[in-house]
Amino acid sequence: MNPISQSMQKEEKSNSRREFLKKLPVLAVGAAALGGCSPEEIEEYFQQNFKTLSKEEKDEIVKNLEKKYSEKYGKEFTVSDSPATEGILFGYALDLSRCIGCRKCVYACVEENNQSRDPQVHWIQVLQMEKKKGIDLVHADVHYNPEKVPEEGHFYMPVQCQQCRNPQCVSVCPTKATWQDEDGIVVVDYNWCIGCRYCMAACPYGARHFNWGEPNIPDEEINPITHYLGNRPRTKGVVEKCTFCIQRVREGKYPACVEICPTGSRKFGNLLDPDSEIRYILENKRVLVFKEELNTQPKFYYFFGV
Amino acid sequence: MNFLRFLFGCFKIITKGGRVYYSSLFFLLVLIVWGGLGYLDQLQNGLIMTNMRDSVSWGFYIGNFTFLVGVAAAAVMLVIPAYIYDWKPIKEIVIFGEILAICAVIMCLCFIVVDIGNPLRFWHMLPFVGTMNFPYSILSWDFFVLFAYFLLNIVVVTHLLYKQFFKKHYNKSIILPLVLLSIPAAIAIHTVTAFLYNALPARPYWNSALLAPRFLTTAFCSGPAVLILLFQVLRKTTKFEIKDEAIFTIAELMVYAMFIYLFFTISEFFKEFYSNTEHIVYWDYLLWGAEKNKEIAIYSWASIIMGTSAFILFLIPKTRKNLLTLNIGAVLIYFSVYLEKGITLIIPGFTPDTLGQYFFYVPSETEIRTAAMIFSGGALLFTFISKIAIAILFEGFSIDSLEKKAITELKNKPVAL
Repeated sequence: MNPISQSMQKEEKSNSRREFLKKLPVLAVGAAALGGCSPEEIEEYFQQNFKTLSKEEKDEIVKNLEKKYSEKYGKEFTVSDSPATEGILFGYALDLSRCIGCRKCVYACVEENNQSRDPQVHWIQVLQMEKKKGIDLVHADVHYNPEKVPEEGHFYMPVQCQQCRNPQCVSVCPTKATWQDEDGIVVVDYNWCIGCRYCMAACPYGARHFNWGEPNIPDEEINPITHYLGNRPRTKGVVEKCTFCIQRVREGKYPACVEICPTGSRKFGNLLDPDSEIRYILENKRVLVFKEELNTQPKFYYFFGV
Repeated sequence: MNFLRFLFGCFKIITKGGRVYYSSLFFLLVLIVWGGLGYLDQLQNGLIMTNMRDSVSWGFYIGNFTFLVGVAAAAVMLVIPAYIYDWKPIKEIVIFGEILAICAVIMCLCFIVVDIGNPLRFWHMLPFVGTMNFPYSILSWDFFVLFAYFLLNIVVVTHLLYKQFFKKHYNKSIILPLVLLSIPAAIAIHTVTAFLYNALPARPYWNSALLAPRFLTTAFCSGPAVLILLFQVLRKTTKFEIKDEAIFTIAELMVYAMFIYLFFTISEFFKEFYSNTEHIVYWDYLLWGAEKNKEIAIYSWASIIMGTSAFILFLIPKTRKNLLTLNIGAVLIYFSVYLEKGITLIIPGFTPDTLGQYFFYVPSETEIRTAAMIFSGGALLFTFISKIAIAILFEGFSIDSLEKKAITELKNKPVAL
């Protein structure tokens, strides 16, 4: 830690030297990294993988983040680090026969999960498909833009993280910055992700999204109720994804997309609870999983309710 | 003291040269600065300065990385025929091959660093200080083999040169096993890099068992192509001696590699186009483009045409054994493989993306400038190390020469007190 903080102080002292350094591309990495670093940021830099930390360390980090975000956005922030509850395995079901492609879920998700507005990040992609072709990705369109949905002769298939039991994105991550928690949610430690995007190459569902630039969210639109592994504000250069609204579902609420859906196409619950709605659907409807041939074993099911 | 004098001597060597040398140094430096300023933009604004997006999340940087792994691997694989055919300057071939490998590996790591979103967090993937996902992530394997390969080459090259500098015999019982070990290591780095893409069921374009074998054959084309040209330059400008026959034998080995490469490619094409499954979309994009977007198709046809012409030039004994046509062929195959690995291997894998959506990617100015920075930096490094190696191997730069010089300088110097 010392050499960095020392050189940082030197940098602050001599502005002309800093200007000089900026002109040297070879030293640009160091200059850009050290320019304007606070002790908190340096401490954050040396923070270890969240999964390996003790409860006390996690609480400390979360408290610091709450302070940081509250100052930055001028709102009282809560950052939770609540762990998975035993006996819960979250599952999701989506009724393809009811979905009308209105994309209300897409924008509810953006607001709930603090996704960047510009550059735009959407965790849910809704595919418009032709009825006569069936589920056919090559002829599917995410950029449909008619006056009114549903469009004649089309049906809609929203795709988000399928929360695989066998997640390829987790195996390929070189730093263990992403993992599957005990309740089945695949999460990302945004402080540990190096941004190599190997997970994005590995995900068969396009569910992972990268912050190509600095994320922008208007202060008044930010959602201050957050989880460390979920919707807390991200920085540029890290990967993010749907977490079933971890900040909500671990508190016993439904994900935002389930709540907003005007047609009731989205169902959510505990796969281990025989009386849950999700188990009712598995029992009484015929379900399918997306790209079953890849053996990713999603906990996200599609079904035809009517 | 000796070591300091050695460093000082090296510094003198790399700063001295003719007009061609200085102008090429200047050219490289201009490219480095121009490229570096482009990279600075990326550092400040993020990877949004590239044309990569969620659909095509890897592009030009990763392509260049893949290509350079091939160059690094093949430079050393040339040691095999050098042993089998007992070429005379075997030590020199090993040294220059490994210097090329060292520079290529450094460039590889640079391309990874510029590609990742948080380069300063690089330590997260190291064992002990970070949490390396070994053995599950192939990227951790790749890092491991590349690093081992780098160490192996640097030990061999520095040992050989250092001993020669001090006019001592190199330690054969250490060097020979290391050189022999570097051959499977060279195969390993390229195989593991192929496996990086190969075993992703999400990307059918790469999910073919022929990917790793194809990688090795292309490497066997592009790496020796560089060395053929390099050996001729060295032969002209230094006391380095290599017979025409040795160069023609390298070319002959390259023909085999090219033939196998061509055969593998035709096998892939046949399988994809004849079975005509939904996976054909990637191959269609590769060869014909999608609607009006034919940028990638231009590169793939350029690569195919250059590769085939090189194959014909190398196949016909008359043109293979003519240095002019041989060199044209070497340049053609080098650029053919460069386009194949750099552009047409990575991008069609993402076009269309996993949800069938087309995003048409071509590198942005920032990406091209950053790549130019890394390539010219690598070329500069290679020039410097080679120049020192040439001085030690052929121009008598040694501890004796330094001592002699020191004595004469002392004699000629007026006492300044």
